[in-house]
Amino acid sequence: MHGTWLFWIRILLLLLLGDPSVQARLLVVATTADLAALARAVGGDRVEVLSLARPTEDPHFVDPRPSYLVQLARADALVHGGAGLEAAWLTPLLNRAGNARILPAARGHIRCCEGVTLLEVPEKLDRSQGDVHAAGNPHYLADPQNARIVVHHLADTFVELDFAGTEIYRKNQRAFVEALERSLPAWEARLRPFAGARLVSYHNSWPYFALRFNLRIDLFLEPKPGIPPSAAHLGRVVAEMKASGVRAILVEPYQDRRAAETVARATGARLVPVTQYPGGLKGTEAGYLELMDYLVRAITGALSDREQASTISTR
Amino acid sequence: MLSGGLTIVAQAAERSSEATQDRIRLLEQRLQILQTQFEQTVREQQQKIQELEQELARLRGETSQQGAAAGQNPPETFFESPVHSRQTSWNPTQSLPWRLGQGGTYVDVGLVGTFAAGGSTARDIEGSLQLGGHDPNQRGFTVQGVEWNLIGAVDPYFLGSANLLYALDAEGESEFELEEAWLQTTQLPAGWQIRAGQIYAPFGRFNGRHLHQWGFVDAPLVVARLLGPDGLRNPGVQAAWLMPTAFYSELFLSLLNSGGHGAAPFRGADSDHHKEDGHPLPLGFRPAENDRGVSALTDFLWAARYAVSVDLTEEQTLLMGVSAAVGPNSSGMTGSTQTKVFGADLYWKWRSPRAHAGFPFVSLQIEALLRKYDLGAYDWTEAAGAGTPYLADGLSGAPAVLHAETVTDYGVYTELLYGFRRGWIAGFRCDFVAGSKGDYERALWIFEGTPLSRDSARSRRWRLSPNLTWYPSEYSRLRLQYNYDQRQGMGTDHSLWLQWELSLGAHAAHQF
Repeated sequence: MHGTWLFWIRILLLLLLGDPSVQARLLVVATTADLAALARAVGGDRVEVLSLARPTEDPHFVDPRPSYLVQLARADALVHGGAGLEAAWLTPLLNRAGNARILPAARGHIRCCEGVTLLEVPEKLDRSQGDVHAAGNPHYLADPQNARIVVHHLADTFVELDFAGTEIYRKNQRAFVEALERSLPAWEARLRPFAGARLVSYHNSWPYFALRFNLRIDLFLEPKPGIPPSAAHLGRVVAEMKASGVRAILVEPYQDRRAAETVARATGARLVPVTQYPGGLKGTEAGYLELMDYLVRAITGALSDREQASTISTR
Repeated sequence: MLSGGLTIVAQAAERSSEATQDRIRLLEQRLQILQTQFEQTVREQQQKIQELEQELARLRGETSQQGAAAGQNPPETFFESPVHSRQTSWNPTQSLPWRLGQGGTYVDVGLVGTFAAGGSTARDIEGSLQLGGHDPNQRGFTVQGVEWNLIGAVDPYFLGSANLLYALDAEGESEFELEEAWLQTTQLPAGWQIRAGQIYAPFGRFNGRHLHQWGFVDAPLVVARLLGPDGLRNPGVQAAWLMPTAFYSELFLSLLNSGGHGAAPFRGADSDHHKEDGHPLPLGFRPAENDRGVSALTDFLWAARYAVSVDLTEEQTLLMGVSAAVGPNSSGMTGSTQTKVFGADLYWKWRSPRAHAGFPFVSLQIEALLRKYDLGAYDWTEAAGAGTPYLADGLSGAPAVLHAETVTDYGVYTELLYGFRRGWIAGFRCDFVAGSKGDYERALWIFEGTPLSRDSARSRRWRLSPNLTWYPSEYSRLRLQYNYDQRQGMGTDHSLWLQWELSLGAHAAHQF
């Protein structure tokens, strides 16, 4: 009789306070798929990584589904960009998840942009300039050099949270950085012939990539960040593209293809499907380095393919 | 002697170790300063290099172009995005502009202003045609609300938030409302959170939604009638428990004051500022004079909610909840009168896997409410004796004697929203609310010369509302809505409202 009582009290406590038994693997929740890929690269088998935003959707606007609360409530670590990209939906989720381990200032809160030199930090916050992020342009992982900084943060935190895995995390970090150092010169070599080439993108999400590879991606289909393209603006973009001989338009999976197609038809430029998130396009699922490889190939292909530039591709 | 000497030695050693500690601290500080300076230099150099690289890239681009298109060199146009050209790297020593929101200050500050213009074939708009406390309230212009939001971490233990709302009523009187102001724990284990202060009762989906989160210009009829024009919100405390289940499952329990504007169907009945259909009689044709005060825990307003959610597919989410609120009311003269409100709600949303700025999407929200309201017995004889207006029997002219009874009100609304392209949403809402006929409604009464039978605060009505919303950007909104109103015993009314909204400051939180 006494035993049954204790059993039920234990069940009740378990239900009310959660299971205190130690989890085998670290549960890491990343806001976006690029950060998730880096967390997987560093954590290997010792961590379980979940990504909140789908790689195909707009990371500025993610539905804060209730199921995300469940994931965040259990997480040992939260990995986020930290430059304002996810602020609108992540902050309310964090406030409701009730998990002190991943709140700002907790060990499990990984703000990846720390140490990254953010570009385009506005001198003045003014929304008449569109949705400009106060911290600067948040799409910094398009520059592979910044991935080095991020994996460093990830490894540091994983070591703190799971000391037993120190060797593995450090080994994975080294392996990633070595692979990056092997790939980067090759990527730079592939894009070197096109130094200074000008490209159009839908949203201003490529300044870090442009800077790294000496491209000029400064013409956007959006008149201002976050403001949908207007006919008048597209007309000016077309004129500018013709004047400076722009041959490629970068479009991410979630962006309005129709606007890009209109411009492509009017200028004879090519649509280049790109993404900043592994899994955003077929062939990018494997990881961060594979994604960068894909991007370099896609953009080199678009810039070198003079023949196709004249035939209008609208598919 | 020996021990004394030892003490002196020990003290000396301690002093010297203190000095060493100080020295270490000093050196650490120096190191920190040097590090900061070094980092700054590196950043400045990086910036210089970036600028030079860009200049080089630009020059290269120009020369290659000149080669291709003989001197057709376009001038630098406005396409150099203003943001892009103002490229600066982050500098920790430079004084930064005062940033409101997103970590620049200790508190995120935002302001949302919501306004409406339009008209209706009905004349009794405020509190009668439009039941919600922040609905458009007159022919012409309405300030629905200007809301000031503050939120931030109080300290390592609490989150703090306040919502202050200003509005103008139909008479042009300024209204100030403390919508919410609370602190919430952040460190409780196992998914528990306690919130205390001025809070919304956890009831259904609509209660607790601020103006700018509504899908329509006005509040649903059933919510505004059964929970009161301002909803259920009062000083109190709430515990929320996010259960350790594989799917989302959360339980809310709250204890609030049962009086005042924020508890209109409870002890706040007498402060209910909306006058139904021009006659000043409160619910049940009897004044609320039966306020028994607070002497036990049962004299508070208790509200509870349980919600579950599952992701049906990668693109579809379903959220369901049941709610209840129980507390005393002050209807009539005598009796321990109670109010019980029950609710069930469902929200379904589909969103494209390639959603851009949140579009396209389809969402459906259904909420049904049922209210059991005890009307206390009331004798109008005293009022008749005092010479004040009284409710009289239509045949005999004698003051009415109303006995105690429990009346039932119920209703439902359905909102369908279709975000068909970026920034554009088409919506359609069906409203229905009704009440079972009470005994007091079976006679013919006269009040101040007006014959009364059915209580218009409880009679059947329905409404159809198609609307169209446009977001020029995430921070501004325009909305056009038509309402087809059908009120029992009052006929049909048509209303057309145009609403506009601005959002300043910190990023408005996206909610599900």
